[in-house]
Amino acid sequence: MGKGFDMTQITEAVDVTPRPTPPPSVIARDAEIKYYTASQFQLMWWKFKKHRLALIGMVILGIFVFIALFAEFLSPYTPGARTPNYLFGGPQGLHFVDADGNFHLRPFTYALSAAMDPETFLLEVKEDTSDPWPVYFFVKGDPYKMWGLIESDIHLFGVEEGHLHLLGTDQLGRDLLSRLFHATRTSLTIGVVGLFISFFLGLIIGGISGFFGGSIDEVIQRFIEFIRSIPTLPLWMALAASLPREWSPQRVYFTITILLGLLGWTHLARRVRGKLLSLREEDFVVAARIAGSSDARIIARHLLPSFLSYIIVDLSISFPYMILAETSLSFIGLGLRAPVISWGVLLQDAQNIQAIALYPWLFTPVAFVIISVMAFSFVGDGMRDAADPYSR
Amino acid sequence: MSDYRRVLLEVKNLKKYFPLRHGFLGRGAGTVRAVDGVNLHILQGETLGLVGESGSGKTTAGRTILRAFNPTEGEIIFHLQDGPATDIAKLGSTELRAFRRHAQMIFQDPYSSLNPRMTVRDIIAEPLVAGGVAQGDEVDDRVREIARRCQLSLEHLRRYPHAFSGGQRQRIGIARALVVQPQFVVCDEPVSALDVSIQAQILNLLMDMQKEFGLTYLFVAHDLSVVEHVSDRVAVMYLGRLVEVAPTADLFYQPLHPYTEALMSAIPALDPDEVMKPVILEGEIPSPANPPSGCPFHPRCPYAQDVCKQDMPPLKEYKPGRFAACHFADQLSLKGALKS
Repeated sequence: MGKGFDMTQITEAVDVTPRPTPPPSVIARDAEIKYYTASQFQLMWWKFKKHRLALIGMVILGIFVFIALFAEFLSPYTPGARTPNYLFGGPQGLHFVDADGNFHLRPFTYALSAAMDPETFLLEVKEDTSDPWPVYFFVKGDPYKMWGLIESDIHLFGVEEGHLHLLGTDQLGRDLLSRLFHATRTSLTIGVVGLFISFFLGLIIGGISGFFGGSIDEVIQRFIEFIRSIPTLPLWMALAASLPREWSPQRVYFTITILLGLLGWTHLARRVRGKLLSLREEDFVVAARIAGSSDARIIARHLLPSFLSYIIVDLSISFPYMILAETSLSFIGLGLRAPVISWGVLLQDAQNIQAIALYPWLFTPVAFVIISVMAFSFVGDGMRDAADPYSR
Repeated sequence: MSDYRRVLLEVKNLKKYFPLRHGFLGRGAGTVRAVDGVNLHILQGETLGLVGESGSGKTTAGRTILRAFNPTEGEIIFHLQDGPATDIAKLGSTELRAFRRHAQMIFQDPYSSLNPRMTVRDIIAEPLVAGGVAQGDEVDDRVREIARRCQLSLEHLRRYPHAFSGGQRQRIGIARALVVQPQFVVCDEPVSALDVSIQAQILNLLMDMQKEFGLTYLFVAHDLSVVEHVSDRVAVMYLGRLVEVAPTADLFYQPLHPYTEALMSAIPALDPDEVMKPVILEGEIPSPANPPSGCPFHPRCPYAQDVCKQDMPPLKEYKPGRFAACHFADQLSLKGALKS
């Protein structure tokens, strides 16, 4: 340093880098910068990924959504198609090895015949191994209209001769697997639509309650308490019973969805309100106000992003309740009715002791219900942990 | 203090009451008088320290002056350098938003005062954008300029607050407050959440900025040594009222109010030989929902007489520039933190 050096330059030069960090390796530095510039959702995703069960739940849900989307294509039969000579037929197994012990790459199935044992009165199932029915991919089957738009008769898998019922058939000889796939679509959409209605009602009503406070808040909260104090099952029954019997099943389906949504928003509204009340006092909201932000800007830029993650968590947790509500309503005969197919409708067939004793495969929809509810719970769990990536 | 300097801010009889609500429909459970009749003025370019213990209402006062809370009563008159006097207590929301660029705030908690979901650039730009002060490229230019002055580098601007330490976050908060070049800034305990080593950096930054931009500060703090370091004058608050206002040196050499004396005696001495006998106050600060009669300090005052229980002493000027609210301000000889 030579003569005439200006002291202020020293301070400038030193000040530009506040608290110098020890220089780590370049890779570590890149990772650091990636973390520093990570947005909320990136942070949430990183945290979510660490939750093994939640990831598994996510994959399962993905499969369910896939089934719901492509039910027509994935199922080997249309839901109404009957196999008249195979009523209450049990699940047919897939085989690779035939009766002579030869291995075939293409799986095949056998015709099943059931006969009552005259002495024990037990049903005895016999496979007719003389005539194997090979299973093909992309077979031509019953024609269908995908999403009511695309006409086709190609099914993902099926047989060209005989019949294939991997999960058995019901009393009319309809393929349970195909019906289950279609039911998945109905039950999931009911959940999604009902949830969306709840979501909007909860967000708006809870938002009004929390943002304005005061006597508006008081009135809304008392109203919510009133709704929540009504026992749900009798209320559903009353509402469902009040639906005119002559309504088409589609209309009933639509109404039930709306009803579930109209009753389900209270929980969410409370959460939104609570979150808003606590956020209103946060310093960064006060700071935004002092910065000159309008109410609309504060809501859009500061409040909504702050509690959206919590709301998503809440949604994923309350989704199973929607599905369960639909299933139980339909099961007791007050919800959806045939020919609409939902998990609950399918389970109506399994209501008697005979079904448990003789046709246990009619219970497979229960497995779908349980698996989907658990998958949602796992995902909700993982999202809850990830929802606040800033917790220290 | 020179009284020739212009008065920038005049606060007259400022009151902020919070209603207490209990039970169904929340009927009449009283009010918390967080700020109860504060009068003060701040001169252009000076720093007025506002001190008091927790619950004295100093933070509420600072926030009410900026209309973060709407005052219950009183006037908050700004005499801006190039404009008419404005009583912002009476402004409607649109006019208030337009006024915000002149008066800003630096917050105590560097963690909760920055929105974790916005980049530093967006945080600092907010007063410019929200207040409509600048548009387009000018926003980025001004953000970069103020960030440089607050010792934040350009690459910091892309990051989110979680990438920063408390001291760096506080610099972001300072940059946000100063980016609109306000004339008046309320510093609400800006260093009390920071490590002592960082405190000095932040205080120096604040003082540099004051010199550079000719800022006027209301410096709210409970740490008297910090206040002594930065303030030209100090106002002492107790239970929502000012009990003493004086130039810093005068106050620290000889306080006029017994409460100030008690505060002074609580400053830890750096010199171990210099032992000051602490004035131990009995009890807690009374509830502002139910303040005592007469002088609000009398239940804890070692010098209290009968008159203190009945009459509330007004804030009076006892010596030039020295105000105190005590019946015996001119009779008591109280000890300050500094020896003359």
